[in-house]
Amino acid sequence: MEAFTTHTGRVVPLRRSNVDTDQIIPAHWLKKVTRDGFEDGLFEAWRKDENFVLNRPERAGASVLVAGPDFGTGSSREHAVWALQNYGFKAVVSSRFADIFRGNSLKNGLLTVVLEQKVVDALWELTEADPTAEVTVDLEARQVRAEGITADFELDENARWRLLNGLDDISLTLQNEADIAAYEASRPAFKPRTIAA
Amino acid sequence: MGRTLAEKVWDDHVVRRAEGEPDLLFIDLHLLHEVTSPQAFDGLRQAGRPVRRLDLTIATEDHNTPTLDIDKPIADPVSRAQLETLRKNCAEFGVRLHPLGDVEQGVVHVVGPQLGLTQPGTTVVCGDSHTSTHGAFGALAFGIGTSQVEHVLATQTLPLARPKTMAITVEGELPDEVTAKDLILAIIARIGTGGGQGYILEYRGSAIEKLSMEARMTICNMSIEAGARAGMIAPDATTFDYLKGRDHAPEGEDWDAAVAYWNTLRSDDDAVFDAEVVIDATELAPFVTWGTNPGQGAPLSANVPDPASYEDASERHAAEKALEYMGLTAGQPLREISVDTVFVGSCTNGRIEDLRNAASILDGRKVAEGVRMLVVPGSVRVALQAVSEGLDKVFTEAGAEWRHAGCSMCLGMNPDQLAPGERSASTSNRNFEGRQGKGGRTHLVSPQVAAATAVLGHLASPADLSDARTPAGVR
Repeated sequence: MEAFTTHTGRVVPLRRSNVDTDQIIPAHWLKKVTRDGFEDGLFEAWRKDENFVLNRPERAGASVLVAGPDFGTGSSREHAVWALQNYGFKAVVSSRFADIFRGNSLKNGLLTVVLEQKVVDALWELTEADPTAEVTVDLEARQVRAEGITADFELDENARWRLLNGLDDISLTLQNEADIAAYEASRPAFKPRTIAA
Repeated sequence: MGRTLAEKVWDDHVVRRAEGEPDLLFIDLHLLHEVTSPQAFDGLRQAGRPVRRLDLTIATEDHNTPTLDIDKPIADPVSRAQLETLRKNCAEFGVRLHPLGDVEQGVVHVVGPQLGLTQPGTTVVCGDSHTSTHGAFGALAFGIGTSQVEHVLATQTLPLARPKTMAITVEGELPDEVTAKDLILAIIARIGTGGGQGYILEYRGSAIEKLSMEARMTICNMSIEAGARAGMIAPDATTFDYLKGRDHAPEGEDWDAAVAYWNTLRSDDDAVFDAEVVIDATELAPFVTWGTNPGQGAPLSANVPDPASYEDASERHAAEKALEYMGLTAGQPLREISVDTVFVGSCTNGRIEDLRNAASILDGRKVAEGVRMLVVPGSVRVALQAVSEGLDKVFTEAGAEWRHAGCSMCLGMNPDQLAPGERSASTSNRNFEGRQGKGGRTHLVSPQVAAATAVLGHLASPADLSDARTPAGVR
């Protein structure tokens, strides 16, 4: 996984709530069997509108998405995270994320930052008035900073440590091989099996 | 202090618990399908890792599979390549697979329960958010992303922070015509698409206890639409009767031991939930969605809401956007909304009881002129059962299309899609923009409302059907 320490970039303000993963990456893109090449599918339907914020020339190269509440609802497709990353986003800010999307993003090094809606509003106002305004998302300090805005965010220490170091979850889990084997040995006989062991 | 059902199942699966770390949970059953697994198998290959527990892993094909001409090569080369990738991966790693054409093929969340693999007190995961379906058995079941699919394949565990618990207590008798689908749509409208975020839901109360296993699956299936990764119902005699005799259900002494354990899987009387919602079942009515998220719903007798009536600015804006997308006007009666397509199927409402319910209304009636109705059984087994009961004939005689099993128009990854601007009444789970095809407009409904809507051509419940009919009798 890509490590995340701190990132400074321009913003795409997305004034939408309930941005579901079908909007982030429509289902027909899910037929691909790789983790890359999803950038053109990102918000595909909305991008057909030339006034959609992502299409505005002043937003080209922006790397922080600031969205309304309940971002990433619906399908568990990790392709939504890959599409955001493939497009160039490093962090997403919202007042509330869907659980599965958040889990997926943190596994891939896309930082999802939960801030109060009033801070999201302030970030929208700042970056709509001045598209060149930059925002810093600092995971070490757990803080978001922009002109006139300083906001702390929470992220549990374990998730933060894994992100800062870009650690591979599977390798970490396999360090507990003895615990897994001990648990397996204690499972009751009536538990279902898909094939004879 | 007592524990909730979710806490009991969680505690029974903790492999490792350490201060400052998420719990490491053991996974009893891992379901795979073609869409969210290819990159996970690639990860295993790159790291040289095997699948740790092939005996707890099973795969089927559902999202991409066509529902017509399944004996011919799949026309879409990209869909075909994805299915071939699953077949290659399963063969290489040794995973049990039920491909298109196999008698056990079907929507992954229909297949697990009908094989008897989904059991009370188990942990079930799948790279699909509707894995919450399996919670109907008192299993802790939730959708995961592809990185987690790889993690489970490699370790049979997942590191997870324990969610909070929310009781959804539904007391009283559901009125005639009110189904599990209406109930869950009403619950989502009440708590919102983010209301369950961070929680495991437990549905309980007298109305839930009276539901069949299949109706319970419909409820738990849509937990994710309320933002909850998992929803559960305590197992009881209904659960045990459903499981007994199924292919993978325990037998003999194992059955007795299992039932003894399963009987302990209830929230203790003194258990404390982090939140509780109480619903009066007697006040419910057939429920449909008017907007572009599953929380935007109302009783069928209501009118399309006026966005100006929302106090919250974000909800108001969302309602405005939804009406614009859906081509609806505030104040329009929901019953007057005409549809082009009716879809009966999906992991929400594609089981045999759903097909029986739809058929009982269509029997002796005709689908309205200009309306296309697709009936897509959730699995091959469901299809065979329906045929043995003559339901397929009821559908085709009414003018509906009887198709092969799969996810189909629920998400339109196969050719079954809405055209731009086309409107559907659908028994599926998501009315997101473009979900059933680019520009398509979806109203979520129960199988009964779907059937009545097909007959009348506009959103309707069976009570609206005043016509005389001569049912052949559902055989």
